[in-house]
Amino acid sequence: MKNLFSKAALSVAVLAMTSGMAGAAGKGISDGVVKIGVLTDMSGVYSTLGGKGTQVAVEMAVKDFGGKVLGKPIQVIGADHQNKADIASAKAREWIDNEKVDMITGLLNSGCALAVQKLASDKKKITMNTGAASTDLTNKACTPYGIHYVYDTYALGKVTAEAVVPSGGKSWYFITADYAFGHSLEANTTKFVTKLGGKVLGSVRHPLSTADFSSYLLQAQSSGAQIIGLANAGGDTTNAIKQAREFGIDKKGQRLVGLLIFDTDIKSLGLNVAQGMQFTSGFYWDRDAATRAFAKRFYAIHKAMPTMDQAGAYSATMNYLKAVKAAGTDDSDAVMAKLKSMNISDFFAVNGKIRADGRMVHDMYLMEVKKPSESKGEWDLLKIVKTVPASDAFMPLSESTCSLVSK
Amino acid sequence: MEISFQMVMSQVMLGLNNGVFYAILSLGLAVIFGLLNIVNFAHGALYMLGAYVALLGYTSIGPLLGMPDFHLSYWAALIVAPLVVGAFGIVIERTMLRRLYKFDHLYGLLLTFGLALIIQGVFTNFFNVSGDPYEAKPEILSGVVNLGFMMFPKYRLWVIVISLVVCFGTWYVIERTKLGSYLRAGTENPELVKAFGVNVPLMITLTYGYGVALAAFAGVLAAPIYSVSPVMGSEMIITVFAVVVIGGMGSIMGSIVTGLLLGMVEGFTKVVYAPASSTVIFLIMVIVLLVKPAGLFGKES
Repeated sequence: MKNLFSKAALSVAVLAMTSGMAGAAGKGISDGVVKIGVLTDMSGVYSTLGGKGTQVAVEMAVKDFGGKVLGKPIQVIGADHQNKADIASAKAREWIDNEKVDMITGLLNSGCALAVQKLASDKKKITMNTGAASTDLTNKACTPYGIHYVYDTYALGKVTAEAVVPSGGKSWYFITADYAFGHSLEANTTKFVTKLGGKVLGSVRHPLSTADFSSYLLQAQSSGAQIIGLANAGGDTTNAIKQAREFGIDKKGQRLVGLLIFDTDIKSLGLNVAQGMQFTSGFYWDRDAATRAFAKRFYAIHKAMPTMDQAGAYSATMNYLKAVKAAGTDDSDAVMAKLKSMNISDFFAVNGKIRADGRMVHDMYLMEVKKPSESKGEWDLLKIVKTVPASDAFMPLSESTCSLVSK
Repeated sequence: MEISFQMVMSQVMLGLNNGVFYAILSLGLAVIFGLLNIVNFAHGALYMLGAYVALLGYTSIGPLLGMPDFHLSYWAALIVAPLVVGAFGIVIERTMLRRLYKFDHLYGLLLTFGLALIIQGVFTNFFNVSGDPYEAKPEILSGVVNLGFMMFPKYRLWVIVISLVVCFGTWYVIERTKLGSYLRAGTENPELVKAFGVNVPLMITLTYGYGVALAAFAGVLAAPIYSVSPVMGSEMIITVFAVVVIGGMGSIMGSIVTGLLLGMVEGFTKVVYAPASSTVIFLIMVIVLLVKPAGLFGKES
């Protein structure tokens, strides 16, 4: 009891001291520590492309930043939201209320991401989303404290459709993951396919984390569409592609197009199965010297090359810490103002900028999977076919339905 | 969307393909429950282990043993994986499960569920959760055959045939042979059977080993179809338990027939209304439990 009392007294004293000091330097760091929470899928269908690797990337950024900002320590904590929005919200609430977390990143799975972004913003905490894809995050569900960092369903749909439709992929059929992300990806891609003169013949929805896609593939096959668009991700995409090969669907003139594919998926499929596929990505580890340098360090810890989610989490954390330093405080309003006025330029983002709606726009890439004969190593999987400048890849601000955008 | 005969037949065929996995897994559960009174929640994890034995046997065992050119072939894996996992099961039975027979079912369930979580957790730590490809599918089983109403992969056809052989073979041994009658008698009245000079504890150990080996066998069959991933078992096991409940706990024939039927019902649902396909089995389970609580093939006790 006595111990408890003295601890309480101590913390009050510390609090008084720090707030005193903070008064001298603007608002300073609240609670004497900057805490970053990595909340993502750590064990499920998306954990290979995000998961612990995302936390590794965030920890690397903190270490590279020096472990301290404005003289105060930086702490990283992580948790598994198990792809369940209720668990994600509960964890985020606990983090913000009890653990005093200042920024949450990762946030794979659009369902979880939408829930956490709303909750965090209500409590004036920053979310830097590197994992989820739904454009809702920066449109009707946009918030003053939510940043969507790496990619979204608009950019994925647009860049891929612009590559596929003109090269003969006029009619589409979608196999779609049945939740916010899949719906958003299907809707956005449909928009571009029709705009480019293509046609969507239909779609079928499957539950998240499906082992057997054969019946969905069969429906897609009997639709007669030239392109079977996979509006899903992670293990779902790889299972679908593998089973399409098994049924010989690609041999009959139908082509599979994965709308969201990560390096780790290609690794799981093997080049033999995946070769020649084109898709959109926000990052590739083997793009230039800087990406390779980061990837090498990341590999040394995580034993896999970084995906765009993981590399993005490093960049997001780094730029968040820079903004805290520049603002002289971890107060969310001041940090957001800095983030939105900074140029984001590092190994991850080229020509990066965070807009009023929270969208971080940067160059995107049209990727193609190498042939086995072209690959020189275990992770030599892709080549960049085309670089799409930030202004072309993402939804223009004028189209955004975000209430924060002044028109 | 109009429903054609061809479409229904194709989906039912795919359903049958899933159904044989349900059948072979629920058969293992039924054998174990019938003879040991253990609800083996580790079944999914052991199915996953079987797939990994095949995968690692193909990719890693050779280099590990200093023979880089050695690859455990698919055919060999069909024998080796059940043996390895079966032996693992025997160790579990001897060291842990054995202590629980005199207690309530709940303890066996908790123990095996815990084991499943541990095995799955360890594999999640070391392997790609999205799955690794198993490339050792034999050449003779690649390609598709024309069934008239659809092109069906040869490999899946093989899976259906061999699974049916194994399922009905198991049923025959347990229900129609002398060995089977010892097994059944051993569960009814172990003391009496012991008095006839039969080593009942050994029989029970081997039964658990066999049930587990069945799961591993299914795992090897599944490896070339699905990605081999640490969570492949946990995705399957829930449906399989529903199958066991519908068929009637412990009923051998019940588990086989229910597994096949429910696979086909699931396939048919995908034609009519795809989103319902993942729940239809549970809906049937609810109805069966209301109407016939012991399951379709279970005996009221």
